[in-house]
Amino acid sequence: MSEVKKTPLYDTHVGLGARLVEFGGWNMPLYYGSQLDEHHAVRKHAGLFDVSHMTIVDVSGADTERYLRYVLANDVRKLRTAEDGPCRALYSCMLRKDGGILDDLIVYRLSNNEFRLVVNAATREKDLAWLFNQAGNHSLELLERPELAMIAVQGPQARELAAQILPSGEVLLALAPFQAHRYNDTLTARTGYTGEDGFEIIVPGAQVAALWAELHALGISVCGLGARDTLRLEAGLNLYGQDMDETVSPLECGLRWTVDSTTDRDFIGRAALERQAANGVQFEQVGLILEGRGVLRAGYIVRTTGGEGKITSGTFSPTLARSVALARLPVDAGADCEVIIRNRSHVARIVKPPFVRHGNIKVDL
Amino acid sequence: MSKIPAELKYTTEHEWLRERDDGTVELGITDHAQVSLGDLVFVELPDDDTVINAGDACAVVESVKAASDVYLPLSGTIVNGNQALADSPDLVNTDPYGEGWLFRFRPDTPAELDEFLSNEDYEHFVAGLND
Repeated sequence: MSEVKKTPLYDTHVGLGARLVEFGGWNMPLYYGSQLDEHHAVRKHAGLFDVSHMTIVDVSGADTERYLRYVLANDVRKLRTAEDGPCRALYSCMLRKDGGILDDLIVYRLSNNEFRLVVNAATREKDLAWLFNQAGNHSLELLERPELAMIAVQGPQARELAAQILPSGEVLLALAPFQAHRYNDTLTARTGYTGEDGFEIIVPGAQVAALWAELHALGISVCGLGARDTLRLEAGLNLYGQDMDETVSPLECGLRWTVDSTTDRDFIGRAALERQAANGVQFEQVGLILEGRGVLRAGYIVRTTGGEGKITSGTFSPTLARSVALARLPVDAGADCEVIIRNRSHVARIVKPPFVRHGNIKVDL
Repeated sequence: MSKIPAELKYTTEHEWLRERDDGTVELGITDHAQVSLGDLVFVELPDDDTVINAGDACAVVESVKAASDVYLPLSGTIVNGNQALADSPDLVNTDPYGEGWLFRFRPDTPAELDEFLSNEDYEHFVAGLND
């Protein structure tokens, strides 16, 4: 068994009294104090996350765009900007030939022939192998960047606070959603995984502890992966390995919008997705709200008038003070369903995610 | 360091037991257990008058991250659950040995209570887990 890895912020987390857990091969903070308080801090003010476990891969060379247009289900051509314009980011799935999802990722266009992928930690090895195998005769270089760390500042106050101490703060505040700015070795993007505004910041590992300390000193609450999970679930954002995997296509997990078939571009998985769409998709992703007390959890069976499905992610929603879930249900499931919790049936309502965005509840309670 | 009151009995499942004057026993989870679970958001309690065998799951405590079963350590009959937990499951976090009790039951064989861990035994047990 390989050793559990530590991010450059490991000692910082220990010093802050974090409860550490193994996640995707890394020692990561689950929470520092109350996970619920950390969650609310992000919805109402600002929170700080270590996400350095994420795998960063740079792709550069003359054929980079052509290669990424083939490997990714979303189209990186959308990222083209004027020569001196801001970098831009795009969310995409990376598919198998049969349409199953190998991973989901963010791709940044740093310059014309220079891109950066941020993929999941738990899928690192298979992703790297896949990316190398697909490179074939393309003229490009793939370079993993393990020396880089990544943190996220999220919440309604996050950008203004972070801009006070980050270089070229004015430029950062002018970034539109999914735009990014590179300054020396630092890439700051207006992206995130919480449903709130904020930045994700990629910096050399040697600099991240100082940056973290400065951001923390501004009153930004430190938050663990526990709060990150409840925040992303409320925001209706999928978690790879839970809400999707290689047996699930983007059409079955709410990610149809990320598949770009507007041009005749050939990309891996396209033919399979078109066949699936033509034959009719059997399952789709929905949100669930539990009507009574209790907590929905991944794996629970859901009974609908259209057949059985299952919960892929479930939790207690701190913002709604109710239990919510993402579930994969038959397409003709109707409006209500029953969830089996410890052999007892509980009524849940089917809703369209997200549950919460930018601090506001987006579903009827 | 978690708190372990001297007057209670303990199980290796991180439950505490308090003998009451009326012959019933109050059960809750230890400070160590509530710290491990994190913020509690839901507690499922057994129905009153349910007869339960030793070792059977009879309640569930759910934190944000996970659900954990609570086992009845000795056979008996449930007297009543702590209804305050329906609206305030966080009492288990803030006062695990007091307001955060889970339920009371009447053991079939009260003498069996003596077989459970003392505060010192439990403290050693928890210390061993951290090695």
